[in-house]
Amino acid sequence: MNRFVLPLIIFFVLIIFLGVGLKLKPREVPSPLVGKMAPTFHLAQLHDASKTITPEELRGKVWLLNVWASWCVTCRQEHPLLVEMSRRNIVPIVGLNYKDKREDGVDWLQKLGNPYVLSAYDHEGTAGIDWGVYGVPETFVIDKAGIIRHKVIGAITPDVIQDKLIPLIKELNGA
Amino acid sequence: MLNKLLFTLLLVFTLPLAHAGEAVPTTDDPVLEKRVMAVADKLRCLVCQNQTIADSHAELAIDLKNQVREKLRQGQSEQQVLDYMVARYGDFVLFQPQVKSTTWLLWFGPFVFLGLGFVVLIAMLRKRRQLIQQAPGLSSEEHARAASLLAGTDK
Amino acid sequence: MIPEIGHFSLILALVMALALGVLPITGSLNGNAQLMALARPVARGLFLFVATAFGCLAYSFIVNDFSVLYVASHSNSLLPVHYRFAAVWGGHEGSLLLWVLMLTLWMFAVTIFSKRLPEEIVARVLGVMGLISVGFLAFTLFTSNPFERLLPAAVDGRDLNPLLQDPAMVIHPPMLYMGYVGLSVAFAFAIAALIGGRLDAAWARWSRPWTTIAWVFLTVGIMLGSWWAYYELGWGGWWFWDPVENASFMPWLVATALIHSLAVTEKRGAFKNWTVLLAIIAFSLSLLGTFLVRSGVLTSVHSFATDPARGVFILGFLGIVIGGSLALFAWRAPKVGLGSGFDVISRESMLLVNNVLLVAAAGAVFIGTLYPLFLDALDMGKISVGPPYFDAVFAPIMALAVFMMGVGPRARWKQASLAEMTKRLLPWLVASVVLAVGVTFLFGHWTAPVVGGVTLGLWALLSSLAYLVARVRDSAGVGVWTKLRTTPRATYGMLLAHAGIGIFVLGVTLVKGFESTSEVRMRMGDTTTLDGYAFRFLGVQQIQGPNYNSSSATLEITRDGAKIATLHPAKRIYTAQNMPMTESDIYSGVFRDLYIALGDRVSIDEWIVRIQHKPMVNWIWGGCVFIALGGLLAVSDRRYRLAITPPAQH
Repeated sequence: MNRFVLPLIIFFVLIIFLGVGLKLKPREVPSPLVGKMAPTFHLAQLHDASKTITPEELRGKVWLLNVWASWCVTCRQEHPLLVEMSRRNIVPIVGLNYKDKREDGVDWLQKLGNPYVLSAYDHEGTAGIDWGVYGVPETFVIDKAGIIRHKVIGAITPDVIQDKLIPLIKELNGA
Repeated sequence: MLNKLLFTLLLVFTLPLAHAGEAVPTTDDPVLEKRVMAVADKLRCLVCQNQTIADSHAELAIDLKNQVREKLRQGQSEQQVLDYMVARYGDFVLFQPQVKSTTWLLWFGPFVFLGLGFVVLIAMLRKRRQLIQQAPGLSSEEHARAASLLAGTDK
Repeated sequence: MIPEIGHFSLILALVMALALGVLPITGSLNGNAQLMALARPVARGLFLFVATAFGCLAYSFIVNDFSVLYVASHSNSLLPVHYRFAAVWGGHEGSLLLWVLMLTLWMFAVTIFSKRLPEEIVARVLGVMGLISVGFLAFTLFTSNPFERLLPAAVDGRDLNPLLQDPAMVIHPPMLYMGYVGLSVAFAFAIAALIGGRLDAAWARWSRPWTTIAWVFLTVGIMLGSWWAYYELGWGGWWFWDPVENASFMPWLVATALIHSLAVTEKRGAFKNWTVLLAIIAFSLSLLGTFLVRSGVLTSVHSFATDPARGVFILGFLGIVIGGSLALFAWRAPKVGLGSGFDVISRESMLLVNNVLLVAAAGAVFIGTLYPLFLDALDMGKISVGPPYFDAVFAPIMALAVFMMGVGPRARWKQASLAEMTKRLLPWLVASVVLAVGVTFLFGHWTAPVVGGVTLGLWALLSSLAYLVARVRDSAGVGVWTKLRTTPRATYGMLLAHAGIGIFVLGVTLVKGFESTSEVRMRMGDTTTLDGYAFRFLGVQQIQGPNYNSSSATLEITRDGAKIATLHPAKRIYTAQNMPMTESDIYSGVFRDLYIALGDRVSIDEWIVRIQHKPMVNWIWGGCVFIALGGLLAVSDRRYRLAITPPAQH
């Protein structure tokens, strides 16, 4: 082989990679927690500081953990979809109110509707770090055995609910 | 001159009002803080992209720094803290990628490339010298043929 | 009306670029002198139209024409006028126009300084550059038109990113782009030579000064960017191994290799293929940089607002330009002659060793920058590659390169003796080590990496001095002064640039080894000390700027009771975007900087203040200045002046 062709070949491999790279989303970081046991937490409830909540209470059920905050703009976008999901009783949704003021969070739910069966109040954001949360909103799907099966980064969209969440929840419930 | 005088006067009058003490360091444990920053320097701030959490003032970066501080204070080693972060945020959070099969090329590639470069260079220089010594008075066409010969045999 | 004139000029420029890319090259292939003669006038016309377009855009900025979308997005009526001008290249569209302007400016320069060149070479060089400008003009017009109107016009603009409202940012992009784009001249010479199938020493001689000047611009551009990051980003770092920085650094490394290999090719007619390949790679990397910065494939602190359609366009363009030239290379290179001989140990081989090292170093930067993308594309996980990686992989390769930099120039051309070189250089090496230990001791504690770095820096300085000493001593019978005066400027240029590397290495090592930071809470009247300097906090004042509100602190620095400076670090809020900015203040000197940044207000009268003592930090940029000056000195050598001035004057 003519060794002078080598640079051309290397360049074509590079071009293919760069082309594929255009389709990738460098800003989305997949969670290493998917497929692993959900981290535990002991947090006060948003509406009642004297009561606590832990993920263990939901063992045996398929459920969603939705991380949100009243200061988060994108959360407002996805909120109606969550309310709709809870109205249709698709799956129990637990809220994790992240680095918020308690009154603001309660207020928000009162105004915009409360889709959550329970809301945990993570004022310090430590549970958030344990769950690998790096932006709000984020949504986790947890199966009956307490294993995280999926994570949605950013706002939920109707497409995500139809194509990803509902089939996954059905599958997990069937198993 | 007048300015200086005014300034001194001003200072004299305001001094009793302002408290004049030693500034308070933001940390009470500089040794720990140094370790925190050393770990923070290796961690990527996920929301700000391409900053370490040591450099970033984003809220998440501050939270993560606090978490690092807390873990170190509890007596965990720096490696344990890094492992803790990787378990939650993935390899992406490390600015110093772990050495494993998928990163061998990254870590050793440049050195292998360098070694290979030297080997090829020396081989080429030797072969060139031979070619030129064998045929000292080559015409330019013959030079060209010699070169293509070189091209064909080398790799 | 003015924006439309600009838009129209760009369209005309595209037509002219097409003509320039096709006609003169065709003429050169079938010996049509008339077609070849078109190259110069068309290239000049192209420059004129692009300059007109650029002028129109600048005018729109200066008169605050917010009916132009690009102006409305990157300027504001409160923005001072010099920043309004700099805002022309404050975003993607305008900076692309600046790119094209620089490209045509280089073409214009080629039309002037090419009187000695054969017509067909001029036709091909300008033709190749014309083809490159076709790509960029089409890119500008079809995906990133800066003259797009906004109807109805905005009442006021969104303002220029406050980070860019800075004097260094006014000159950094033009310098950097001059460097980036300047590499296209060396590239065009290489392609012209390949088209003609005649690669000879003359080709190397013609492209050498162009390459060096482009490299000088690139050096200055990178230096300004680093300096800006140091004082403007507010945390005192000066290089972050960010993809955008790497994108400018890779062409620099390869261009540095090219400068050295051009020397071998010019002197011996040897390794022509390699040199041509380097010229292609250097410009390819600057195109790749454009792709990385503007397509969004990599995340970066300072890339442009990105758009996948633009990415596809540049990628296609990259494929055509680089793929085409590499194919041409694969076709022509096997027929290129060997050149004359030299020994395995010789100045020539040393220059090639330098090439291997610099290209490997560029390879390390390349792989570190793109590896996350490779893994992600293969679905093998997401990783980050940051400063610790480059410290571990890039630094050792460069350390070897700096060491060889002291050795190489002492090898004789054609054949050198390793034993003789060792004998002559060993004392200087020992001196470097001893001095390094002394210097490190002077600064305080010492660690192996610091001693190693200082040794290298001193070695670069001392070996350059040794070169001059040996040159004078070896010339028996001639006076010292005469010998120094007859030493070519190119040699002084080399020594100056190498010494600049030494200064740079010293700065990097010492600031990294001995900098210290203190973060304190301060009330009015409080003092704190760091490394023997006392800082007294004299309060915070509210100051109204043209387009920002500022909380400006006053700190008085004393040493042993004597006042040495008053600094005003500040926090600004830029009103249009409501964006906070940390404006650090620096007491700058040859041997240290005292760097103060004002942090958050923690209570009504208490602020967080971050103070840094950075010894020798200015040597980093000082070194770069020497490197650039060395390049300029080399270009001013008589040899090249003869080559580029018209024969009529001789």
